Amino acid sequence: MQNAIDPPSKRSKIERKMDKIVYILFSTLILISFVGSVFFGIETKKDISGGAYRRWYLRPDDTTVLYDPRRASLAAFLHFLTGLMLYGYLIPISLYVSIEIVKVLQSIFINQDQDMYHEETDRPAHAQTSNLNEELGQVVTVLSDKTGTLTCNSMEFVKCSIAGTAYGRGITEVERALAKRRGDGPPEDVDASSDLLGHNGDVASGKSVKGFNFRDERLMNGQWVNEPHADVIQKFFRVLAICHTAIPDVNINTGEITYEAESPDEAAFVIAARELGFEFFERTQTSIWLHELDHRSGKKVDRIYELLDVLEFSSSRKRMSVIVRNPENQLLLLCKGADSVMFERLSKDGRLFEAQTKEHIKTYAEAGLRTLVIAYCELGEEEYIVWKEEFTRAKTAVTGDRDVLVDEAADKIERDLILLGATAVEDKLQKGVPECIDKLAHAGIKLWVLTGDKMETAVNIGYACSLLRQGMKQIVITLDSPDIHALEKQGDKDAIAKASRESVTGQFREGKSQLSSANESSVESALIIDGESLDFALDKNLESSFLELANDCASVICYRSSPKQKARVTRLVKMGTGKTTLAIGDGANDVGMLQEADIGVGISGVEGMQAVMASDYAIAQFRFLERLLLVHGHWCYRRIAMMICYFFYKNIAFGFTLFWFEAYASFSGQAAYNDWYMSFYNVFFTSFPVIALGVFDQDVSARLCLKYPVLYQEGIQNKLFSWPRILGWMFNGVISSIIIFFITTNSIIPQSFRKDGQVVDFEVLGATMYTCVVWVVNCQMALSVNYFTWIQHFFIWGSIAFWYIFLIIYGSLSPTLSTTAYKVLVEACAPSSLYWLATLLVVISTLLPYFSYRAFQTRFRPMYHDIIQRKRAEGLETETSVELPPPRVNDKIQLLTRSLKRRDS
Amino acid sequence: MNTKGATTSSAGGTDGASDSSSAAKRNSKKPKYSRFTQQELPACKPILTPGWVITTFIFVGVIFIPIGLASLFASERVVEIVYRYDEGCIPTNYSDQKLAYIQNSTTNKTCTRSLIVPKQMKRPVYVYYQLDNFYQNHRRYVKSRSDKQLRSRASESDTSTCDPEGTTPDNSPIVPCGLIAWSLFNDTYGFLVNNKTLKVSKRNIAWKSDQEHKFGSDVYPKNFQSGGLIGGAKLNASIPLSEQADLIVWMRTAAFPTFRKLYGKIEKDLEANENVTVVIQNNYNTYSFGGKKKLVLSTTSWIGGKNDFLGVAYLTVGGLCLFLAISFILVYVVKPRPLGDPSFLSWNRNPSGV
Repeated sequence: MQNAIDPPSKRSKIERKMDKIVYILFSTLILISFVGSVFFGIETKKDISGGAYRRWYLRPDDTTVLYDPRRASLAAFLHFLTGLMLYGYLIPISLYVSIEIVKVLQSIFINQDQDMYHEETDRPAHAQTSNLNEELGQVVTVLSDKTGTLTCNSMEFVKCSIAGTAYGRGITEVERALAKRRGDGPPEDVDASSDLLGHNGDVASGKSVKGFNFRDERLMNGQWVNEPHADVIQKFFRVLAICHTAIPDVNINTGEITYEAESPDEAAFVIAARELGFEFFERTQTSIWLHELDHRSGKKVDRIYELLDVLEFSSSRKRMSVIVRNPENQLLLLCKGADSVMFERLSKDGRLFEAQTKEHIKTYAEAGLRTLVIAYCELGEEEYIVWKEEFTRAKTAVTGDRDVLVDEAADKIERDLILLGATAVEDKLQKGVPECIDKLAHAGIKLWVLTGDKMETAVNIGYACSLLRQGMKQIVITLDSPDIHALEKQGDKDAIAKASRESVTGQFREGKSQLSSANESSVESALIIDGESLDFALDKNLESSFLELANDCASVICYRSSPKQKARVTRLVKMGTGKTTLAIGDGANDVGMLQEADIGVGISGVEGMQAVMASDYAIAQFRFLERLLLVHGHWCYRRIAMMICYFFYKNIAFGFTLFWFEAYASFSGQAAYNDWYMSFYNVFFTSFPVIALGVFDQDVSARLCLKYPVLYQEGIQNKLFSWPRILGWMFNGVISSIIIFFITTNSIIPQSFRKDGQVVDFEVLGATMYTCVVWVVNCQMALSVNYFTWIQHFFIWGSIAFWYIFLIIYGSLSPTLSTTAYKVLVEACAPSSLYWLATLLVVISTLLPYFSYRAFQTRFRPMYHDIIQRKRAEGLETETSVELPPPRVNDKIQLLTRSLKRRDS
Repeated sequence: MNTKGATTSSAGGTDGASDSSSAAKRNSKKPKYSRFTQQELPACKPILTPGWVITTFIFVGVIFIPIGLASLFASERVVEIVYRYDEGCIPTNYSDQKLAYIQNSTTNKTCTRSLIVPKQMKRPVYVYYQLDNFYQNHRRYVKSRSDKQLRSRASESDTSTCDPEGTTPDNSPIVPCGLIAWSLFNDTYGFLVNNKTLKVSKRNIAWKSDQEHKFGSDVYPKNFQSGGLIGGAKLNASIPLSEQADLIVWMRTAAFPTFRKLYGKIEKDLEANENVTVVIQNNYNTYSFGGKKKLVLSTTSWIGGKNDFLGVAYLTVGGLCLFLAISFILVYVVKPRPLGDPSFLSWNRNPSGV
């Protein structure tokens, strides 16, 4: 909540650009109105010269102010206003409405996508806003949280080191990635079991337990009693079973126990203890109850520990302890904590396994596991009583530094510990994350990971999710250096800040030179920066060089960063590059980042709904991001871009025919068409196909979108909504209007247009020209559409058919209502072969330039989608979904069959 | 029924985990499968392959060229005589003051000319007058009429849109009111062949719908051309508007400043080289705005009157299409496709560098 800001209102870049186009059209409108009124003024002024009336049939001597030759400039000005109304069709007001409709329908498609539905949590994707659909197709940088976003945020107890012996045979995903990096084949058997159990949970075997993925026959099923240090092992698991704040929840029917814990790590410990025979089943205010396996008798016995004190966990203490009295009436302090604080608290004779344990912890950290050190000590009664008094005093203190006092008191008792061992908990990567990141990288999307974890974990996760790859140059920027530590001890804040800034600046410079040398040898680079350095990097002076450095790197990892920093980094990337940024996160600490980014994507995971509420799109798993961006993003971008271009095209093509007609009506402001034709233009005759385009069009199928992530570059480079393309469409509109107007008029005027000698009048010309406009814009749409379902056919041909139906119905109404449209089709146009021939000629000639251009362009200047479409058309890509299952699934099936065979034999 | 079908097909569509426990699925938020919601509707996906492009061009060319030839042929078959008389019908002593001549009601406006029929003209021969530079499509002009008044006698006084030709100075309505009617064309033509008068029929020169529905049979001209300023022709007050064919034709305003209007029909063949004497009453003032006046005699064909534009345009477009087809063929042969290169879409290539 401290980091909360007001929810921002977001608009997509395309819409902002669209506003500019509307300004351009508005200027055009003013320009042509102005030109029209100037000519009108001149013509009108000439109507009276001296005493003679030029166009006497207009009665220039007796007229209203609108046409008064004596006040020609005023008439011209008023005509300017008329012109604004008349050519108002250039401004596509209905565009805004149509876009809203289209976007709502698009987000329904996103919500309905089965491939973004997560079975386990029963969550479909959800678009919270419909504003940003097309922005999804232009994302350049993805800023991601780690825990809960890349990982499942469900901890699994996988390994432990007890009395200097490492237990646990599971292989973590990170280890697998590391092995791959070294070039070894992954150790398959173990891999298979952990993989299957990990993902399929309870399905694969009855034994599997959520949060517990520990496999070691030396400890399991009570075998630990035969180990050399059985007593240490017993103590170790007792600590895990007792030293926590979890609450058991016993299912009365089945007797199963589940735990409510503050953190997933803690739950993992209690579960691990339970699975190894130290079942915690009840907690009261003063006691903790365990079912314990007695290692002498081999029977389960209940043991009650009297709970005396809890020294709680805090991020500064990095440890937690409990003080209990065991059934043997011993006073015990049980403690677990981070290695950095625990080793210095060991007693001299408690360091028996220190070297081995440290070694193990290092390996675990490299394997991407979260480690904690487990230790205990026995307390003497008197010692405890003295300390308890002090501790109670500290706890009941009412001064502001109560917390400090409590910490100090706790510090006094948590000494001279005896090392038992260390635990390693894995925060599993979500399914499909490495593949997804790989795809995004191939689409040219940059991924920044912002995490609160420490460097080793962050880097290892980076490897696991293929964010860091073998042979990548790592540029590390950190303030974790001896000089800074020395200064920190002196405590001079200004000096620290100064030295830190200098250090960061220096590291940037160095990073840049490393980068340029890496670029020369075409090695990809990754930037790894810690939270403290980030503080300085986000300074006004340094931010540009930071951004420059980060932009040149393929991946960026910020570790130990705070929520505030996440938001600031997001803002920096957004402002600094001017490109679209997408932030993805799952927790309340990501809210700032989600709101700051152009698009916020919330993972509807285990950490509550705050991120989802603040997000623009909510998905259940990180891997759905791939589909959201590469498929929906690409489609929506393409659809909206096409739709806007086409909208401008059709309104220009229509609006300019009005203008050309004006030129032949001495710019008097007479519209070429019946009022109702014009009013219905944007409503019935042209709007439905363009909405269908905006909702349904797809250049290539979803499968090919995913197969060729490079297609996404069209959005990143904004190829479909670039100024040349927009202006090209506008130009096409003007050309179309010219062709429509001049071919129509020249072929049907002035001779008779029917066998019975009738000539074309104002009504017939209006109907004919309008017919051509309706045909042309709809056929242009048919040419532009890539994906013809019955819906497109229905709307496009339906719109044209509707024009004729409209003309028949409207023309058969009484002449009071239909005015110039009275029987115009039935009586005048339809029997004339010239009418139909002119329509055909106009439609084909108008489409010819665009068609030739497209034929040329797809051949010689193909865009990505043209190439993929061609491949598909040539049969290199089958469109059917009959395809081999992806390799991962394939492997799994093989492994399954193999293990089944083994079991059979 | 429908939901059931959707569920079963959904099982086939996804990873197979969904075909178990269908009862539980009923309450799940899983999106229902349909080809519509999954955007997988069967579709035709046209793309511009060279084959299609060339076929299209050839197809258009093959269709257009015959149409063009046919239209051109039809247009050529039409026999048309256009005679401009606005300059020639001014007596030489008035040639510097055409305006004074035309506005003077006492001068002799009759003008006799003879025309040679170049080719045989099969009946009916249509007689048109053609005006130039006359803006019948001017907004002020187009609006200056009262459709209600034209249609029924009851709305006789509905002249609000007709100013300044709505009412006489003593406020009684003019029927038909407005500038269009007021400026009614009043040149007349008489035709003689071998000193025998050719009858010019006015039957069916107006649209039937106009005569039946827009001009009332009970509406008679009233106060027409009675003011100080006389515009054009006068009307016989005893004939209802629906029978005033010339007025009805004139009231259908033209689209362009150059326009023809039907004057009448000659229901007799005119033989080649026959001499047609035309007696023109040159009354209408086009001199003040420099408009030309032409008399047009024309036959028609299935395509209408004589206009080569359509045929030529069809031939041009058709020819252009064939030309494009040929050039595309040549280009494809000369420059084989540059995009068969599969590395273009390769994953290994840095996409931002493409």
